[in-house]
Amino acid sequence: MAPMKLYGWVVSPWMARVRVCLEEAGAAYEVVPMSRSGGDHRRPEHLARNPFGQIPVLEDGDLTLYQSRAIARYILRKHKPELLHEGDLAGSAAVDVWVEVEAHQLEPVILPIVVNCIIAQYVGQERDQAVVDENLAKLKKVLEVYEARLSGSRYLAGDDVTAADLCHFGFMRYFMATEYAGVVDAYPRFKGWWEALVARPTVKKVMASMPPDFGFGSGNIP
Amino acid sequence: MAPVKVFGSAMSTNVVRVLVCLEEVGAEYEVVNIDFQAKEHKSPEHVARNPFGQIPAFQDGDLFLFESRAIAKYVARKHKSADADLLREGNLNEAAMVDVWTEVEAHQYNPAISPIVYECLVNPAMKGLPTNQKVVDESLDKLKKVLEVYEARLSKTKYLAGDFVSFADLNHFPYTYYFMATPHALVFDSYPHVKVWWESLMSRPSVKKLSANMPTSWP
Repeated sequence: MAPMKLYGWVVSPWMARVRVCLEEAGAAYEVVPMSRSGGDHRRPEHLARNPFGQIPVLEDGDLTLYQSRAIARYILRKHKPELLHEGDLAGSAAVDVWVEVEAHQLEPVILPIVVNCIIAQYVGQERDQAVVDENLAKLKKVLEVYEARLSGSRYLAGDDVTAADLCHFGFMRYFMATEYAGVVDAYPRFKGWWEALVARPTVKKVMASMPPDFGFGSGNIP
Repeated sequence: MAPVKVFGSAMSTNVVRVLVCLEEVGAEYEVVNIDFQAKEHKSPEHVARNPFGQIPAFQDGDLFLFESRAIAKYVARKHKSADADLLREGNLNEAAMVDVWTEVEAHQYNPAISPIVYECLVNPAMKGLPTNQKVVDESLDKLKKVLEVYEARLSKTKYLAGDFVSFADLNHFPYTYYFMATPHALVFDSYPHVKVWWESLMSRPSVKKLSANMPTSWP
């Protein structure tokens, strides 16, 4: 069986979301590297795979998938359904809740902080501190909810890692590379959960190709 | 078995996202209204159900859930039948397509269409704010690009995930319904397959029933 192909640039947090799931599932895959600065995602051959012109894209035989969470679910359903609590009504609902929380509550506040604090300087944009401050305030409120959740279980959807935790890796990796990483110190259970996540060999392997500055500083512009 | 409870207003888009799945699977439910004007969504009782102080929240016996798409999937799984298999989780490829188009609604379609609904309907009627035409125009440009992709897809399949209706299609109902009450409804006329798909969704009994509780103008 041919390995799956994952198209994109490995520094992308969306790409990382999928890669940690591939690694945890032990699925055979190869990365097909693409260049963001070279506009590979806007070329006709990529638009044929993903009409929205984004990455990651997964090819598994005849199946072509996009949207990182859809890809993640497919991989886990196929190779490691226990990470979705498949077959357990309440358990699978808990996984879904915390995948949605990441998508709609956490990621929207982390992204502007990462863009302003890490990326802006490399792409000729002014850092907007007001935007950073506004999102840090929101982040603290969101982390209160996570802290309460993780007071009841080791991981977000129970006492074992699931898709919900894995979906958080990519964006949190970059937030923790900003000067505001210390914000999590006020949320000890959240901090402990994060440290356990990045201690996993699968996560370390994916993180190894994700420099804290997305590669801009070393001239490896994505 | 006690009916499940959905906390929130039956007019609210994300509450309707859950209700349409409940209707499609034929589950018994009750809507417990949460009074936004009175800030009931921020009350300790409601925050105990939804720690982000948002609607909907959901209760099935001892189980409490929040986040509309997570709630809706729970409902779809619990009441799955030969007549109502909205997630197709028994078939890897079909489930993948349902997931792709569910994510597309959340991350491509909704960010383009919801600002138009807020600027044209919600802000003037509920907040006494004028429509920000710049936001509307930018959103319309984004929406047209998204609808081009939908047109291409729906030229090949009857519904978004394939030739079967699914959770992916139903997710589009609430915000699109309200969009059709804005001055920009005719945008869909340029995308004939999308228009046919929308009309077929609107003809579903579940959608007709819920539409009756979704006013498109407010006093």
